[in-house]
Amino acid sequence: MAELEAGATKGPQRPRPLSPHLQIYKMSLTFVMSGFHRVTGFVLYFGILLLAWWLIAAASGPNAYANFEWFMGSLIGRLMLLGYTWGLIHHSLGGIRHLIWDTSRGLEHAERELLALATIVGSISLTLVVWVIGYLAMGGPR
Amino acid sequence: MKDAQMRTPMRRVRGMGAAHTGTKDFWHQRVTSVAGIPLTIALIVIAIALLGRSHAAAVQILGSPIVAIIMLLFIVNIVYHMWIGMQEIIVDYVHEDKLKLAALMGNTFFCFGIAFASAFAILKLSFGV
Ligand code: HEM
Repeated sequence: MAELEAGATKGPQRPRPLSPHLQIYKMSLTFVMSGFHRVTGFVLYFGILLLAWWLIAAASGPNAYANFEWFMGSLIGRLMLLGYTWGLIHHSLGGIRHLIWDTSRGLEHAERELLALATIVGSISLTLVVWVIGYLAMGGPR
Repeated sequence: MKDAQMRTPMRRVRGMGAAHTGTKDFWHQRVTSVAGIPLTIALIVIAIALLGRSHAAAVQILGSPIVAIIMLLFIVNIVYHMWIGMQEIIVDYVHEDKLKLAALMGNTFFCFGIAFASAFAILKLSFGV
């Protein structure tokens, strides 16, 4: 009966597996990127306010749109947009990684670490590419 | 009566989870993730195409059928995706019952608000007035 104790409260239950506490896990890039995925998802959740503001401003008229453009052109606005771009790309790549895992592929230790590295290197590079194209489309930095 | 007594706690929990919605959310999270990939690429392309343009040009582009449809799909898909995602985060970290209910409710309000406000703006850009 001793083995019944772990995770069991009362009643006729099988012991359920318990997951060890957070500090128990060994640090790895996979571990950090997993945290990043949740954090970026959380930040993007509120970041969508920027997207909504953009659409509502466009629908409201030239003045509202000018306010939006002024804010996005400010240092804070640009930093938020840069963060949003990176967050969106990072979370998407992290999401693709999750979808690959869902097919039971890429779960070996070396593969996991490689995928984690690909997410962070990929997200930073793609963010730079997007911003360079953005500035080119605007005809250079302003 | 009898049934309720025979049921172990596991039976009630199985397939439900802390938000009482079960694996449906897990699956819908996957569906919205897959749909989110092309839609996110499209959003980035549209945003770049609009950089530095006048209000009139922005309205014309955002209101054109293809762009408006893509934007609507993006919003609806991502709002559903992030609603499930935030719910998952809430049930992981908020354990006090009343607080959890309030947070879950706030999540729903926020997501509906974003979805309706954005969809309304896109439709107005398309149909004018
Ligand atoms: C603005 C856009 C997006 C927002 C606001 C958003 C938000 C979120 C949130 C809040 C979560 C929950 C995080 C967690 O439980 O750890 C999540 C999870 C997830 N997201 Fe997104 N997301 C967005 C775009 C995308 C895209 C484009 C993809 C495409 C692959 C994606 C793939 C995923 C996946 C696979 C998960 C589940 C991860 C898991 O099971 O732990 N997301 N998202």
